[in-house]
Amino acid sequence: MGTSVRTQAEKPANEEQQTQKLNGSQIVLRALAEENVDIIFGYPGGAILPTYDEIYKMGIHHILARHEQGAIHAAEGYARVSGKPGVCVVTSGPGATNVVTGIADAMIDSLPMIVITGQVATNVIGTDAFQEADVVGVTMPITKHNIQLRDVNDIPRVMKEAFHIATTGRPGPVLIDLPKDVSMAIGEFKYPKTVHMPGYQPTVQPNRLQIKKVANAIERAKKPVILAGAGVLHADGADELFEYATKQQIPVTNTLLGLGSFPGNHPLFLGMAGMHGLYAANMALHECDLLINVGARFDDRVTGSLSHFAPEAEVVHIDVDPAEIGKNVETAIPVVGDAKEALKNLLALDKAPVPYDEWHQHLRHYSDEYPLWYNDDGKTIKPQALLDMVYEETKGEAVVTTDVGQHQMWAAQYYRFANPHRWVTSGGLGTMGFGFPAAIGAQFAEPNRDVVAIIGDAGFQMTMQEMSILQELNLPVKIVIVNNASLGMVRQWQELFYEERYSHSLFPIQPDFLKLAEAYNIKAYKIEDPSEARTTFQKGLKEDGPVLFDFRVTADENCYPMIAPGKGHHEMEGIRP
Amino acid sequence: MKRTISATVNNSTGVLNRITGLFSRRQFNIESITVGMTENPEISRMTFVVNVDSYRGLDQVIKQLNKQVDVLKVRDISDETIVARELVLIRVVATPQTRGEIETLARPFRASIIDVGRESMTLQVTGDHQKVEALIDLIKPYGLKELARTGTTALKRSSKQQSQDLHYSFIQ
Ligand SMILES: Cc1ncc(C[n+]2csc(CCOP(=O)(O)OP(=O)(O)O)c2C)c(N)n1
Repeated sequence: MGTSVRTQAEKPANEEQQTQKLNGSQIVLRALAEENVDIIFGYPGGAILPTYDEIYKMGIHHILARHEQGAIHAAEGYARVSGKPGVCVVTSGPGATNVVTGIADAMIDSLPMIVITGQVATNVIGTDAFQEADVVGVTMPITKHNIQLRDVNDIPRVMKEAFHIATTGRPGPVLIDLPKDVSMAIGEFKYPKTVHMPGYQPTVQPNRLQIKKVANAIERAKKPVILAGAGVLHADGADELFEYATKQQIPVTNTLLGLGSFPGNHPLFLGMAGMHGLYAANMALHECDLLINVGARFDDRVTGSLSHFAPEAEVVHIDVDPAEIGKNVETAIPVVGDAKEALKNLLALDKAPVPYDEWHQHLRHYSDEYPLWYNDDGKTIKPQALLDMVYEETKGEAVVTTDVGQHQMWAAQYYRFANPHRWVTSGGLGTMGFGFPAAIGAQFAEPNRDVVAIIGDAGFQMTMQEMSILQELNLPVKIVIVNNASLGMVRQWQELFYEERYSHSLFPIQPDFLKLAEAYNIKAYKIEDPSEARTTFQKGLKEDGPVLFDFRVTADENCYPMIAPGKGHHEMEGIRP
Repeated sequence: MKRTISATVNNSTGVLNRITGLFSRRQFNIESITVGMTENPEISRMTFVVNVDSYRGLDQVIKQLNKQVDVLKVRDISDETIVARELVLIRVVATPQTRGEIETLARPFRASIIDVGRESMTLQVTGDHQKVEALIDLIKPYGLKELARTGTTALKRSSKQQSQDLHYSFIQ
């Protein structure tokens, strides 16, 4: 078998569609090739060894993480930036449970992912065998779909369906559990061209009547606003959004995950909405008479208290997932469909723009009077100034990943994303440990672009072992640690809502990040003086390989403005110095 | 309000688990679920009785069910003319003196006696929810020893005369 397998890696044209006898692992890998997968993130172990043996023989591009969590977050970063499904392969039991956080993260942020987990052999499933865990059971609520293979001959169909489910409609993770014996059994490989799934028929084309209703509502409106979410990015609809909003002159705000779907420096852009959004954006949501939600799911971090949400608005909700419509906010005009198609359909109606001059002026007043602010004392590095500097020095062109916490919100506020697919953050699950490995995946998706990982000192310590990948492959990821010697966001909440009882949120002692970087043979700088921040960053950015920056920032800085829990958009705090 | 929902699903492993898990994590209140194969062994029919507080809640239940890849079709059949049945087995205290009485009570319900012992007897009855409840109520004073009942299973009637206005869901 061995030699014939090697020739399959080269896929001679005449063998393409013929039925071939292969083992299960070979079939899985051939299916991945059919789906144009060019990179796998993973970690081997007993139950998945037959598959790793084929990976070895076939010479497939595989990135070995140092923890399965690193592998899955890297695959997520890759998916977010490339728009292609991220593929993660791990072993049974502990390998599989180590990717659970990343699967949940991908699920809630609608990322297309294929997760292949090894499983113990079918004859011992259910006996608490060595390294057995009911991974299908565990991941049922956090996958778009999951399945355990029982028959080698099902593999081609299951793989085809998995990719179809992961990438169509509302994207999401699909998990395939591969028992060891199935991966070694001999079967036939013939990759199906089509899928047949009567139970899975996502609606892509919106209903025309509903589209007309939206257009009419826009004609009636005096104070419309578009809330654009990641659904626009998943549908590749940023151009259509731009065309439509500028043609109709409707102001736009983004959810955290929707950043980049509309140019962050455009006069119609109000900034991000939500808990740490801009005052103008939140007031637009509060005062609008028409709210057009395109591809956002009305997450509570965006809406604030629902009882105060958009009290005067007629709500339009465009979403490819019908279950999102009406889930949190009552909707007057529902449109089920892909964001790009819906916007195209709206454009096709070719309605003349309505003058909203008064509304624009009103919102401009908010933007001018209540911009982002911070107090610069010149003595310490202000995290806001740091993020602003990162924006300027990368000319707004970098791929930016973040972890979770204050630095994430500052990055969202200060990095004025002008392009889609350059912003990678864990929005729905808020997964610490996500940002650094996600940057590794992002760098594989965009090998020639600056990738900057903006990470808190706490979150970095959750997955920093992946520095090994940077070292091994000389990946030019730039790590910016926004080091406030604390769990900053937790500290902020304790200050504001728990009377400054800093329960387990401060780091009196920290590792020496420079020495850690040195151990991994990564160039590193520690910067404490605000006057050196820019020059050091410029210097590091020019380096070919990976660089770690340990920026020591003002320790007790808070992230403002803010909607406190239970409050509405009109009740933002910290909008002024 | 109580609603009866009928779904056809792929008869694949774990599908019941998938559905019940969905109900519990979305905090939908289920009264009963029944499952069984249809005329096509690859397809099962599930009947749910759910308790929802609004049409929006009901809409969400149906949409979430629809999202499952293994769910082929979901319908709220509460407002249609349907046949809905439960089955209940009741083991009741019965002495030679009371046996006759219980039998007489059971007759109008077309309950059958499927087991008789020295101190108890077992009745079986099928019918809609109210009928089953009514019989249990009547039997209770004699002393219930054990009771087992299925959830509701239901089909639409063949004759269609029901209005089709949906209070909740919209467009495809
Ligand atoms: C896995 C995980 N555990 C806990 C939390 C709760 N949490 C949110 S922000 C935060 C602090 C993050 O601190 P750091 O990484 O230093 O970033 P900073 O807020 O200081 O910028 C914590 C603990 C989380 N989001 N994820």
